[in-house]
Amino acid sequence: MTAVAVSETEYVRRPLGGRLRISSAWLGAAPFLLYTGLFLFLPTVLVAVGAFSGPHGPTLANLAQLSRPYVVSAFLNSLVLSAVSASVGAVVGSVLAYAVATGSPDGILRRLVTAFCGVLSQFGGVTLAFAFIATIGTEGFIVIWLQQHGIRFYPNGVWLFSLTGLTLIYTYFEIPLMVIVFMPALDGIRPQWREATETLGGGTWHYWRHVAGPLLMPAFLGAWLLLFANAFSAYATAAALLDIGGVIVPLQISRALSSEVGLDQANFAAALALGMVVIVAIITLLYARLQRRSARWLPR
Amino acid sequence: MGALDARPIGASWGGSRSAAEVRLEGLRRVYGSTTALDGLDITIHAGELVALLGPSGCGKTTALRLVAGLEDADGGRVVIDGRDVTHLPTSRRDSGMVFQAYSLFPHMTARENVAFGLRMRKVGVAERRQRAGEMLELVGLSTQADRYAHQLSGGQQQRVALARALAIRPSVLLLDEPLSALDARVRSQLRDEIRRVQREVGITTLFVTHDQEEALAIADRVGVMRAGRLEQLGPPTSIYSQPATPFVAEFVGLTNRLAGVVTGGAVDVRGIRLPLIATDTPDGPAVALVRPEAVSLAPALDGFNGPLSGTVIAVSFLGAVSRLTIDLGDTTVLVQVPTAEAAAHPGGSRVRIALRLDPVLITREGAQGRG
Repeated sequence: MTAVAVSETEYVRRPLGGRLRISSAWLGAAPFLLYTGLFLFLPTVLVAVGAFSGPHGPTLANLAQLSRPYVVSAFLNSLVLSAVSASVGAVVGSVLAYAVATGSPDGILRRLVTAFCGVLSQFGGVTLAFAFIATIGTEGFIVIWLQQHGIRFYPNGVWLFSLTGLTLIYTYFEIPLMVIVFMPALDGIRPQWREATETLGGGTWHYWRHVAGPLLMPAFLGAWLLLFANAFSAYATAAALLDIGGVIVPLQISRALSSEVGLDQANFAAALALGMVVIVAIITLLYARLQRRSARWLPR
Repeated sequence: MGALDARPIGASWGGSRSAAEVRLEGLRRVYGSTTALDGLDITIHAGELVALLGPSGCGKTTALRLVAGLEDADGGRVVIDGRDVTHLPTSRRDSGMVFQAYSLFPHMTARENVAFGLRMRKVGVAERRQRAGEMLELVGLSTQADRYAHQLSGGQQQRVALARALAIRPSVLLLDEPLSALDARVRSQLRDEIRRVQREVGITTLFVTHDQEEALAIADRVGVMRAGRLEQLGPPTSIYSQPATPFVAEFVGLTNRLAGVVTGGAVDVRGIRLPLIATDTPDGPAVALVRPEAVSLAPALDGFNGPLSGTVIAVSFLGAVSRLTIDLGDTTVLVQVPTAEAAAHPGGSRVRIALRLDPVLITREGAQGRG
């Protein structure tokens, strides 16, 4: 019965040790929890509380304003802008990442592309808007140079300062961001899988359809979501580029906050922000649902 | 053999399909300035298992990949069952391949992996399922059919890979170091398992390995390769006991290099005259290549200090046999004897060696010109 005695001893000691381990683990996670608490959880709570508050106490009036046509249109614009720029960024970025990932892992091309992408993915705001204005704005040097050669860059009117222009500018940082976040997933694809597909009678189409596609899809969707959120929340580039305020939700928020029309505008801004939080939450939940399928075959 | 006691292999293997002969004719492959394969000629008879053995970079894997079509030949032909497949894409070569490791599709269960090739061939769902089940039964994994790769051990994964390669009923089975990522015990079990399945199915098989023990244990014939060329092709026993070249003698098994002098078709080594494998060898200084098991031991006689006496400087226990290292003064000799006998010669004891009069191979490399 020695074994029983030993296991009983361990049983007695384990909870104490376990508790100690847990508390030290919590201690280690404290900076992270503090950070997310201060910069994610607290602002979300403040936004939610603000959205339901008014000068005379709790109210639904701020949320009711979200149904106004110009607000609905701003949300639609934001959704379309983010979805299109995220989709273009995800597709072009993943193709570029694939081209780089299939090359030499220590090659100069890969090092150059990842370095450039690291910088370009963080290039945004007023600087980026100005860069585009200087190159393809109405007085941009490419536009002028083409004009001198008899070619009109904007034969149907200038679109740079519209949502189309904004979409183009957003893809400028979305593509390199995709390269960076998608590369590790491509690196995880083993060449044996393609070779196995071929020896089993499959071609390139079968490989992408049945093997690489399903394997990469969770990472691709995750990256798309990141790109979407990145575009959805971007403010400075749009503010610098667009003259008309309120075309997209972040500009609406800005306008509400700087408006001097009424005191409750800050609460309206909170309602707009809450709307954005809800949209991102819905997309994240959809993604998590898809992700659950791949969780079956991922090692735990 | 449980799976096939109940179901004859002919039934699950596709009835009357006969095994194919595979010919590699003058295969060449060049990477930049490196010649990986320099005119390789091998005929693998129908239903035979040939192991290609050699050190890293000898071209054995390149040869296998050329047969599979995963690389293009720069010269020569691959002929499977009388059909020149040299320029056919991999998917149309009718070969099944087992890779070194990690080749199972991680998002598919074992059954889905095995059925994948059948799916590519547009076999109906019901038949796919049935044949995948049969193949998993053949490799003893029918209870693991619904597991994903990460839920299987390394050995189980390789058995699923074998079932997957066989499920399409290929003309030739290609095994690219399929055991090298496994631990020793699983390795030898799976080696026997592969051989059993290969025999039952009767499929022509090319097995690539750098492990001589594996090659000698599994193959009908072993091809020893060096620098893109075939040094010797023959049954394991002749590769071991009648090596064609010094490289084969030294690569396959352990070999003692003992200085000697060739005279009249035999070599004199430390006062003992050993017959030569190649009797037409010209006279002159040489190094005789002698297997450790061709050396035997006796206690040294008092005061005996001849060229065949020495001191035991190391004893390695290998199970049923032990390997002793004997210092003969000017050289050391490895001796392999039954462990019970080795116990009589502990480290530091004086011993006398004797050489069995087996025909030996000689090399001139490192010959000093003394007897």
